[in-house]
Amino acid sequence: MKRVLFWIPLMLVGLLLGLMLRQLEAPRDEAVASHWVDQPMPAFALPPATDGVAGLSTADLATGTPHLVNIFASWCVPCRVEAPQLEALKARGVDVVGIAIRDKPEDVAAFLAEYGNPYSRIGSDVDSNVQIAMGSSGVPESFLVDGRGIVREQIQGVILEQDVDRIARALEALP
Amino acid sequence: MIAEAGLLLLWLAAGLALLQAVTGFAGLARRDDVVALGLAVRPVAIVHGVLCAVAFLCLIALFARTDLSVALVANNSHSAKPMLFKLAGAWGNHEGSMLLWLTILAIGGAGVALFERRLGARMLSATLAAQALLAFGFYAFLLFASNPFARLNPAASEGAGLNPLLQDPGLAFHPPTLYFGYVGLSVAFSFAVGALLAGRTKDDWRDFARAMRPWVLAAWIFLTVGIAAGSYWAYYELGWGGWWFWDPVENASLMPWLAATALLHSVSVTANRDGLRAWTIMLAVVAFSMSMIGTFIVRSGLLTSVHSFAVDPTRGVFILALLAIYIGGALALFGWRIGKVSSGATFAGISREGALVANNLLLSVILGIVLIGTFYPIAAEALGHRLSVGPPYFNRTAGPIALLLVALLFVGPLLRWRSDRPGRLPKIAWVLLAAAVIAAIALVATVPATTLLPAFGLALGIGLALASLVPLAGRSLRRTPGATWGMVVAHFGVAVALIGMASNAAFTEERLVALAPGQSTSVGPWRVDFTGVEPIAGPNWTAIEGGLAARYGDRIDRLTPQLRSFFTPPTETSEAALLTRWNGQLYAVLGQPTEDGRWQLRLWWKPFVTLIWFGGLLVALGGAIALVARSRVPGAIRRLVARIRS
Repeated sequence: MKRVLFWIPLMLVGLLLGLMLRQLEAPRDEAVASHWVDQPMPAFALPPATDGVAGLSTADLATGTPHLVNIFASWCVPCRVEAPQLEALKARGVDVVGIAIRDKPEDVAAFLAEYGNPYSRIGSDVDSNVQIAMGSSGVPESFLVDGRGIVREQIQGVILEQDVDRIARALEALP
Repeated sequence: MIAEAGLLLLWLAAGLALLQAVTGFAGLARRDDVVALGLAVRPVAIVHGVLCAVAFLCLIALFARTDLSVALVANNSHSAKPMLFKLAGAWGNHEGSMLLWLTILAIGGAGVALFERRLGARMLSATLAAQALLAFGFYAFLLFASNPFARLNPAASEGAGLNPLLQDPGLAFHPPTLYFGYVGLSVAFSFAVGALLAGRTKDDWRDFARAMRPWVLAAWIFLTVGIAAGSYWAYYELGWGGWWFWDPVENASLMPWLAATALLHSVSVTANRDGLRAWTIMLAVVAFSMSMIGTFIVRSGLLTSVHSFAVDPTRGVFILALLAIYIGGALALFGWRIGKVSSGATFAGISREGALVANNLLLSVILGIVLIGTFYPIAAEALGHRLSVGPPYFNRTAGPIALLLVALLFVGPLLRWRSDRPGRLPKIAWVLLAAAVIAAIALVATVPATTLLPAFGLALGIGLALASLVPLAGRSLRRTPGATWGMVVAHFGVAVALIGMASNAAFTEERLVALAPGQSTSVGPWRVDFTGVEPIAGPNWTAIEGGLAARYGDRIDRLTPQLRSFFTPPTETSEAALLTRWNGQLYAVLGQPTEDGRWQLRLWWKPFVTLIWFGGLLVALGGAIALVARSRVPGAIRRLVARIRS
């Protein structure tokens, strides 16, 4: 019995090191699950960000069809990179709505004129209050919202070309 | 040239480490002509230590000159950095810190070779061989997987800087201090391996424990100071107002400290009474294993931390293999040999030895709790869950056991060796313990919103501050041995730190406000006026500095918390401002401006919080007193004084 006891530390350390090796080799999963998933969008009502495009409120999202809510800004360089993918999503029938962060109407108009306008509505969030309430940490960022106004996915950063198909399918599948 | 010289020295040192291992093991052989080889082990170990130290000096020279043709310097330094931080940059990165680790390891071996005279030849050979094997693996890692002297072609035009959070004088000394502690334990590890390989007679065991004791004590002093300094750094630099976060990195330093604390007490029993042999061996192996595992987990990026230098998985697997060989090897040796080691002198349950076994057990349980808490997230992730283990787990589990340990301190040091009766102890010790427990219960019952742990911490802390002095009662203070003084000071330090922790937990007041210039607020007994902000510039940063006038009684003091922006790499840090009074600290952090021109301010009044670190330093001082008292220093001084007198 005592004999066996003396070997226990070695076994425990073997277990510990094995665990560490396994974790070291395992693919690192650094995706942070959003706390907003399966929560309703916070209540907000934003004025139009520029002439000719309507503003955005929570009620506009709970319309029975899913939306892609895209947080962007005219001063945000990655948003320019993202613009073609948003156009592609619009072309596949996705209803894209925008929230412009800390922006001026004329700058938003110039941005839309240069990079295209995939948005059916754009709310102006001058002081980032709505952005913070949505738990967004930067621009661009996108939320997949279902027809009842409930967030189903949060995408931080630029939507890439290879993401377009998956997002379009995901939105189609939402009620 | 310096880089090439450094690399050459490293290869030579690695060769000598191998030679040291071979000659060391030769000393264990049966044939006399082979044993004769073992005579070379001392000089080889000394030369090995010198070569490695010179290699490290080469790296420091490269950083001092900011030689941007060396990849490590280009990645981690900058010509505009103040000199102290240039030098500290030599160990503020993965490769450099590994070289520092090795240097201390090699110097440790050289120190044993130079100064150890008591230990038998076989035991010494085995110890130095074990130390050399430890070093050899890390040389292989350094030379094949993380060469600090690698050239960069073409040379960089400017360095890539250093994390600005690390540009702090305290932090320049933090890694070396902890490394002296960690790697000092490597010597204890090697002694344990040496004893398992070569320990035979009763005298062998006593010599082994006596030889190991000063190394354990010195390493433990460095660890204690390193942990206290690291805790104070996190307290004022991170700007969160807390002093211990149960962060994996902190746990990584706490675990070896817990093992070393237990080892320190255990090795005394082995040295004085020839008991607890297996405990001492096991704790020595565990203490250094925890040092290695701790360093590895925070470095490898397995757990997210400020200490994870970029390490690729190959390096991780390399180090893991080294850990498996060393820790696994030592534990296998333990399992194989310890059955043949008799347990040494026996003792009754109630005795000094018994109390020290209880101390070892309780410390081991705390170590287990911290170990499980630190690794549970990794285990859970392997099973597909994501979670983190936070302070509530540690406080609720380790807290009560730590308090139990403190209660043991009231009476443990008063017990006699071998056998004793509780009734023989001075009544004052029991009275103090009972008074502390009753006071704690009364505190919880009468004062609203008092929580259990701080209440017990405060009562037991104050009780222990008195009880820790009882071992001095009835003695001639002049004739009390230095080791006893050391114990009393260290235990008194535990009480002081505990009072600080409990007071901070129970009485801290916090205020979060947004003030416009000219407005004021209050926190605790302080009234704080906000005078405004102004821009200021440092050597490699700019900052917005808030002006605060803090009033307590008649005195007015100025506090200037800052928001600092560093250029390379562009980073923003918050510099907290601290005002220290005898009865606590006022802690101020400047936050972001609001839209209407006000500034967010976070203020804390923390009564007696400084006692935490003051107590920690007292604990280390106690160790230092014991170390010096047992060394040859007092005898030498006494002889010197006698000679001067005559």
